[in-house]
Amino acid sequence: MKELIMIAIGAAFVNNVVLSQFMGLCPFLGVSKKIDTAAGMGGAVIFVITIASFVTSIIYHFVLVPVDITYLQTIVFILVIAALVQLVEMFLKKSIPSLYQSLGVYLPLITTNCAVLGVALTNVQNDYGILKSTVAGIATAVGFMVSIVIMAGLREKIEYNDIPESFQGMPIVLVTAGLMSIAFFGFSGLI
Amino acid sequence: MKENSAVERLFNGIVKENPTFVLLLGMCPTLAVTTSAINGLGMGLTTMVILTMSNMMISLLRKLIPDSVRMPAYIVIVASFVTIVQFLLEGFIPALYSALGIYIPLIVVNCIILGRAEAYASKNKVIASIFDGIGMGLGFTVGLTAIGIVREILGAGTIFGFTVMPAIYTPITIFILAPGAFFVLAFLIAFQNKFKIGSAKPDAVTGEPACSRTTCINCGNAMCAGHKAAAAENGKEN
Repeated sequence: MKELIMIAIGAAFVNNVVLSQFMGLCPFLGVSKKIDTAAGMGGAVIFVITIASFVTSIIYHFVLVPVDITYLQTIVFILVIAALVQLVEMFLKKSIPSLYQSLGVYLPLITTNCAVLGVALTNVQNDYGILKSTVAGIATAVGFMVSIVIMAGLREKIEYNDIPESFQGMPIVLVTAGLMSIAFFGFSGLI
Repeated sequence: MKENSAVERLFNGIVKENPTFVLLLGMCPTLAVTTSAINGLGMGLTTMVILTMSNMMISLLRKLIPDSVRMPAYIVIVASFVTIVQFLLEGFIPALYSALGIYIPLIVVNCIILGRAEAYASKNKVIASIFDGIGMGLGFTVGLTAIGIVREILGAGTIFGFTVMPAIYTPITIFILAPGAFFVLAFLIAFQNKFKIGSAKPDAVTGEPACSRTTCINCGNAMCAGHKAAAAENGKEN
């Protein structure tokens, strides 16, 4: 149990997926203009990464390892993730329309979010079992959500600031991300 | 310059549509591996090889792949080349392999590769697609190496491992840590904005933010699946 908590804290804060691993920067920079949309994206990412890290780790331990084709992991994982996102999208559309309404737009964006593939590969690299992989997946996604929502909150305020012309748009957002990254360094003593 | 000629493609990739500075694609490796100039160069060249090969393969198969399954087909092609290159690096350049680590398999989801497959290789002839891959790859390499050089000079006082700063200079270590990546990219884009504000008036007149400034999410020319979401959002409004 203690180990699982350590993995969770490590994945969510110490090695924050966006601010120290640089995965999932595309949505982090692109969908962080408003808190609502950022939270929607975060929710969709939590949903997909949790399922994806669970499924990929099952496939890794029960298919790839016994058949001894672990070298195909990149191809298999990305296909599984792409198929999974499609499946989740169809399932939500049919059975939970209200959730689909709020997450639907973000789901197709997630296939190419490198955080999903990144988590799956990191789990393999760290030799995590199925339970640990799932916990690491959830925690990573929570870390993503925390950082994208904070970012969106900051950006809503930045809108009203007087920013030098050449820093308007992406540069000021990147500077903000850098400052957040420094702040997240504070967590590094936790583990 | 003739459209689709080899030289035009190279120029387009390196200068006009530079993936790092103009299109802002492939941010994940751009920021993660540029802790030193040599890592940036290695990542850029690795991506260039994969981009060229997958562009060639996709262009060869462009009439065979049905439109409805093109994305999975492209992903399989790219993932195969990534796996091959990963093993070649592990076997022949182990130092680079361990420095780039998990970011090598993550090349699969690099927006540049699928973006070029979708936007160029699936519609054009093989030779032009190969040169498009080389041009874009070189543009990416230039971008990564530039960021790597800046970070290495500020963060360690060296370039490609050679000491260039006087001994009195204390390296600012934060530039080779995570926050430094954000700061350096922010300043490079800001410089570029400054330069563009002086030269390119049309954008300022229309008041429309250039596509390149809003990342791939709002940009239709990349495959980041952004256009699908954008279309969905537009559809809702209508």
